[in-house]
Amino acid sequence: MGTATGRPLSRAWRGSVTSSDVLVLALDTATPVLVAGLARWSAVGGTTVLAERAVPSGTRHAELLTPAIRGVLEDAGLAMGDLDAVVTGLGPGPFTGLRVGVVTAAALADARGLRVIGVCSLDAIGTGERTVVTDARRREIYWATYGADGGRLTGPSVDKPADVQLPEPVVGDPTFAAARLGRAVGEARVTTAGLLRAAGPQLADPASAGPLVPLYLRRPDATPPTAIKAVSQS
Amino acid sequence: MADQPLVIGFETSCDETGVGLVRGHTLLADALATSMAEHERFGGVVPEIASRAHLEAMVPTVHRALADAGATVDDVDAIAVTSGPGLTGALLVGVAAAKAYALALGKPLYGVNHLAAHVAVDELQHGPLAEPSIALLVSGGHSSLLLVPDLAQEVQSLGRTVDDAAGEAFDKVARVLGLPFPGGPPIDRAAREGDPRAIGFPRGLTGPRDAPYDFSFSGLKTAVARWVEARQRAGEDVPVADVAASFQEAVADVLTAKAVRACRDHGVDHLVLGGGVAANSRLRALAEERCAAAGIVLRVPSPRLCTDNGAMVAALGSRLVAAGVAPSSPDLGADSSLPIEVIRG
Ligand SMILES: [Zn+2]
Repeated sequence: MGTATGRPLSRAWRGSVTSSDVLVLALDTATPVLVAGLARWSAVGGTTVLAERAVPSGTRHAELLTPAIRGVLEDAGLAMGDLDAVVTGLGPGPFTGLRVGVVTAAALADARGLRVIGVCSLDAIGTGERTVVTDARRREIYWATYGADGGRLTGPSVDKPADVQLPEPVVGDPTFAAARLGRAVGEARVTTAGLLRAAGPQLADPASAGPLVPLYLRRPDATPPTAIKAVSQS
Repeated sequence: MADQPLVIGFETSCDETGVGLVRGHTLLADALATSMAEHERFGGVVPEIASRAHLEAMVPTVHRALADAGATVDDVDAIAVTSGPGLTGALLVGVAAAKAYALALGKPLYGVNHLAAHVAVDELQHGPLAEPSIALLVSGGHSSLLLVPDLAQEVQSLGRTVDDAAGEAFDKVARVLGLPFPGGPPIDRAAREGDPRAIGFPRGLTGPRDAPYDFSFSGLKTAVARWVEARQRAGEDVPVADVAASFQEAVADVLTAKAVRACRDHGVDHLVLGGGVAANSRLRALAEERCAAAGIVLRVPSPRLCTDNGAMVAALGSRLVAAGVAPSSPDLGADSSLPIEVIRG
């Protein structure tokens, strides 16, 4: 470790607000394809993606995320010490996998004193006017709608497909959409560029970054026992 | 001592978010956040509630541990984390966090077995473990009897519960008696006023043809419930203290008898207790009595170190580093049913 031992332990950003460009590590584990990417971002020059790995990891996000991060650093010829900020998708997504990305971002940022920014994962899927759908399991979908300028109009929400009208064009994972919605959709997934785009306002104004709270959208599955049944009959 | 590595340990296998710091056998910090209060009204740990609480508590608990030890994150030489057994979603928060700290700091990562960590924690209070030792680990999640020839290399399972964990039986009996969750402490308190011989509750799996080191607490739990319900149906008062004392006696009797027998059968003269139920006063007293009679040295960590915590994980990590065990592979994950034979996941 090259840094001095007197570094504050808090999640304080050591960079300067006026720095012209920042090196960002982008992560997302809200869908079955985990994403790790590296990009340079600046308020004037926009985003340049330097490396990206999209790993079809299913439920193995915890196993494969840190190797993917190591991989993109190698791909770009960079090291952990070069990073200035971490951007992570906050979901919505299946909870267990989602937390892997969020806690990884929080811990990386904490260990190296980096800025950490959370964004809605659906914002990082597709561009322009669209409805984004992802798998919420239990025969439900996570979804959000976006206007022509790409800004989110509604959502993110979780619903049964039959209960909602999804404005065209609908984008997401075509295999999932065929199975759950019974229809074809435009193919789009979480990308590094999409995560950086969603994080743009918070990168430009560090004071606007909110806390890293996952977008669970559902309460935990737990119902208090209404009547305590006799243990001998259980 | 100062040249021994500083090991940080992460524990998130159930409802406790624990972060400990250990150098050699010296405990430097043991920070803990618990979501127990959020599970109370459900009468048991709700996995999703525990996992959400781990995520919130993770980084702040790391900060508290470092502050308590007067260290910074850059002082850490190695990272250990419980990779199993436990609740998958809960384990994954700790595993992912530990992997991220290891990557960010460029330090080795050790995924460790939670049960072996329960044994290792005693080294922080009583120094190097005598090897071989027998270990009796009893909590809300586990009831295991282990033979420990070498904590860094070889641990064997002698027996385990075939149904409920001992701690679960305490929770369920507490519910029957109208005592709060978790059931261990209130039953221990109520039992102090009761007669342990008032009711002869059954001792599971103690017949001559039963597995000598396995446990069963389901029948005992049911027997207590039937006894209490029969009283209630007859309109009689339930003698809570006597029921608690008699139930606790049955549990402590079986656990200590089997542990002492395991020591005798294997020619081992050291017994280590661990897990939340090891905080039970009757279990400790009976274990002391029977070990003294059998010439066995009993080692019991303080109650605070018996329950789940990060220090136990750091203690095992420290032991693995000292033994030159290779770190875990970069694709380490969580294994909810990690067998005890696998000390480093
Ligand atoms: Zn435990």
